[in-house]
Formats: sequence, C-alpha cells, structure tokens
Amino acid sequence: MAIRSPASTADLLLAGAPAEHGALAQARRFLVRNPTLVVGLLALVAVVAGGALAPVWWTGDPQALRPAERLRPPSAEWWFGSDQYGRDIYTRTIYGTRVSLVVGASVAVTSLLFGTALGLVIGFYRRLDAVMMRVMDGLMAIPAILLALALMALLRGSVRNVIIALVIPEIPRVVRLVRASVLSLREHLMVEGARALGVGTPRILVRYVLPALVAPLIVQGTYICASAMLVEAYLSFLGAGTPPHIPSWGNIMAEGRAYVQLAFWIILFPGLFLAATVLAINMVGDGLRDLLKVR
Amino acid sequence: MLQQILRRLMATIPVMGVVAIAVFALLHVTPGDPAVIIAGDYATPDEVAKIRSKLGLDRPFLVQVGIWLGQVVRGDLGTSIFSGLPVSTLIAQRAEATTGLAILALLISVAVGVPLGVVAAWRQGSWTDRVVMLFAVSGFSMPVFWLGFILVYVFALSLGWLPVQGYVPLKEGLWPFLRHLILPACTLSVVYLALIARMTRASMLGVLSEDYIRTAFAKGLEPRGVLVRHALKNASLPVVTIIGIGFALLIGGAVVTESVFALPGLGRLTVDAIVRRDYPVIQGVLLIVAGVYVLINLVIDLLYAVLDPRIRY
Repeated sequence: MAIRSPASTADLLLAGAPAEHGALAQARRFLVRNPTLVVGLLALVAVVAGGALAPVWWTGDPQALRPAERLRPPSAEWWFGSDQYGRDIYTRTIYGTRVSLVVGASVAVTSLLFGTALGLVIGFYRRLDAVMMRVMDGLMAIPAILLALALMALLRGSVRNVIIALVIPEIPRVVRLVRASVLSLREHLMVEGARALGVGTPRILVRYVLPALVAPLIVQGTYICASAMLVEAYLSFLGAGTPPHIPSWGNIMAEGRAYVQLAFWIILFPGLFLAATVLAINMVGDGLRDLLKVR
Repeated sequence: MLQQILRRLMATIPVMGVVAIAVFALLHVTPGDPAVIIAGDYATPDEVAKIRSKLGLDRPFLVQVGIWLGQVVRGDLGTSIFSGLPVSTLIAQRAEATTGLAILALLISVAVGVPLGVVAAWRQGSWTDRVVMLFAVSGFSMPVFWLGFILVYVFALSLGWLPVQGYVPLKEGLWPFLRHLILPACTLSVVYLALIARMTRASMLGVLSEDYIRTAFAKGLEPRGVLVRHALKNASLPVVTIIGIGFALLIGGAVVTESVFALPGLGRLTVDAIVRRDYPVIQGVLLIVAGVYVLINLVIDLLYAVLDPRIRY
C-alpha cells in the first residue's frame, strides 16, 4: 500500500529532536524546551515510586491503632501527626497514594478505550451519529460529580465501582473528541484513496484514523486521570466513595473533617499530596499538549 | 430573533428527553433489584414490596418510562421516599443557597479571571505570565473541599473574620447573607477562575497578534483601551463559551463546597438523598441541574450574536 498513514506519535517526537548529538546534550535541550513536561514527569515518577514502594519509606502499618497516641501534632516521631485513633497520618498518606493512582489510571485507560471505540463507530456511521450524539449531549449536561454520586448510590462502595462511576461521565467527552477527528479525517484524501482501493471500513478506522488520534487521546487521558483522582476524593469525602477502611486520600480527609479545629494536620497533608500529584499530572498533560502540538 | 429563540428552545427538547430517560434508566441499568437497593439492607420483604409498587417498579420498563416522562412534562418530579414531600418542593426550598453561591462564585471568577488572563497574554512569556499560569494550573489541581478547610482555618478559625459555616437566608438581610457566602464562594471560584483565566489568555494571544492591534498600539493608544476595547471584545467568544461549559464544573464543586460549609443547598439535598437512597430526589436534582445547564448554554449561544454582530442566526 503506497498511501502513508498520518504522522504517528513517534514521528512527532522525533521531529522535535535536536540535530545536536550526545544523549546528555539532547536531554538538556529537551528540558529547556519542555520545562513543564519534565518537571511534571519527574514529580509524577516520584509519586508513583512513593506509592509502589510504600513499605520502604519508614512507614508502619497504616491501620495500626494506638489509642494512647491520639491526635498527636506533627513532630519528629509523628511526621504528619496522628489521627483520632492514633493512626500515623504519614504512613496512611503514603499508602493512600496507591488508591488514588490506581483509580486515576484505571479511569483514564477505561474511558479512553470505551470512548474511542464508540467515537470511531459513531463518527463513521452517519445513521448512528445524530441519535448517539444527542445521547452524549444529554449525558454531558449532568455534572460529572452528580452523575458519579447517583451511580454510587446504587452501587456498593468498592474501588471497582468507584472506577465505573467515574468512567461513565467521562466517556461522552472522549466520544466527542474522537468523533470530531473522525468526521474531518473521513473526508481526507488518504481515506478516499484507501476506499478506492477497496479497503474496508474497520481497516480504515484502525490504519488511517486511529494513528492520528493517538496524540490528542494521550493528552486527554492525562486530564481525565487528574480529574478522576480529584472526584474520587470528593466521593470519599461525601461518604459515597471507596469503603472507609481503605486509606485513600479522600477517606483520610473525610475522617479528619470533624477535627479541623483540633488536628488540622489530618486534612492538610493528604490534601497537599493529592494537590501536588494532580498538579504534576496536569503539567504532564500541558507539556504533552505543547510537545505533540495538540490543539 | 424571537423566532430564533423559539427554534433554539425546541432544539433543547431532545437533549432534555435524553437526560430524563438517562436519569430514569440509571436505576435499572445498575445491577440488582432497585427496590431492594432503595429499601436498604435491613428492610423486610413487605417494605421492599411497598417501595416497588410505590415507585411503579412492578410494571414493564417502557410503561415506567412513559409514566415518568409524562410526570416530568407536567412538572411533577415525584415524591421523596424519606420525607414524603414532593421533590419539586424540596428542590425549591434548597435552590436559594445554591443559586446565591453559584452566582457569587461566578462573579468573583469573572472579575478576577478575565483581568488575569488579559494581563498574562499582554505580558506573554514574562514572569507575570508564568505566575498567572502556574496559579491557574494549580487552581484546578486543588481538591475543592481541602481548599475550603484551609480558608476556614485561616479566615474563620484563626483570624475570626468570617463565620466558619452556616447559612442565613437572603430575606434576613443582604450583608449577613453575603457574609456567610464569601468563604464558600471564594473556595468554589478558584477552579472556575483558573479555567476562565486560561481561556482568556489563550483567546487574547490569538487576537493580540492581529494587525489592527499593532496599528492601535502604533498610533499611540493607551494600552488599557487597546486591550479592553479592541482585543478583549474580539477575544470574548471563547471566554463566554467556557463560562457556559464550566457551569457543570461549578455545580459539581458546589455540591462539595456546600458540604464543607453546611449550606442547605441542592448539593446537601443530593448527598443526604444518597445516604438515604432516596432515589426520586436524586433523579429530580439531576434533571433540574441538567436543565439549567442546557438553558445557560442556550442563552450563551444566543449571546454570540450580541457579542459578535457578524454572527447571525
């Protein structure tokens, strides 16, 4: 087949590569050109390592109760203080990283998969388009948090169900993005050419349309991940999220809300971690958007 | 114009129909028997049967959808299982707090976000620009309730300037009403403000590179006049659009903010309803909020023609 597919992500990445040789020099130029992306990625790697290696970082048992050590302020012994049951906030916060990251990443991947599949099909079959896009518009009119809350009212509280409740409001947004690209690519000369050569629709979607979508979808995925981590915390905070016995950042803060005046540290530190992580992911998203020239 | 408005209004009917059906279908798409879920873990079979017949869950699905749509069209959103009051009454009671909070947050966001975006675009690449953009990206990375607690801790608990929480209805005086809403509205506005500042900057950057802006600066017009009258006016469409789309974000944030500050608004109504599995209330709130969202975006659509006379319908 003589027809070229649109530039893949790898091509775009290579196009930005400098003429200068030497890995170190290249790395430095990359940093100077993409400071947001590099800073965000480094912070994100730190957070992922923090969560994955949680038992290594001078942590104890996140669930260990020490009634005699209740509400201790931050000190050399209790880095982030202790909560109303004498549990170590530092340990719980480090372990909380796991839940947030798992939820964020799962929601991003799942909604991209379902949204892309639906968007490709809807964009290519005009008869479906009108009806399905009204459905998507309708779903998007309901604020994501409210839709997730309503779903959680009907599902039992578990990490899996939280992921489901967060994926459903995100799907229409991905579908929109994919459909818009499909609509413009469908009229592209290369698709017409492929069609003339007798290539079937499924093959056209996968070979000619999907590669052009990789860059915008990666960027969208980072934003979905960031917002999913926030909404997960909101659901836990409102009492409709992950079961209370799991130390997620949202749950730690939810339990600390009664002690705002007495023990502000219970809310302060997990929130700080959550904000920093979401910020890092948003920075990666912004950096990738600039690098991959996604509008 | 009137004809236009009517035609646009008609176009929102299918979307609202989808919302109504989706909100209703949620109950049936989720696994398990909805009557059992609503009745809770400790209900007797008798109670479950009662709820089933009260909500009409014992009838065929399409009949149920038909009955629900018929009710919605007549403005009847059903009755709360918990309190026995009509859902529309409950929503009307709680609308004031949420509306006040949302409007105040909107005003703060526009009043701060637009100037920040304009200045950042004008001084593109400078430290001012970087600080504004860092502030913006941090703004929508922060958990709303966490920010709320920090503001409470600083301005209410430590400094004692503002009340910690609670709500005073508007009819008891404008100042007490506002005093209780300042902290919640500031909390809520941060995300929205960040969004507006980013969009304003992006849109302004496009306009500022136009020839007529260079001409305006070249002939010695005062920068403020050029930025506001020549540039911002032409850059306003995307900003107004994001204000409309961001409304969903604002309402979502309001649910969380109301919980932090104990405001008796729609968010609290929803959260309470979820704890009690009071599904008719949840359905009603979702439907009303989505309706307001669709209407706001319709108004913004119509505003385009006012902001940009080249656009005609």
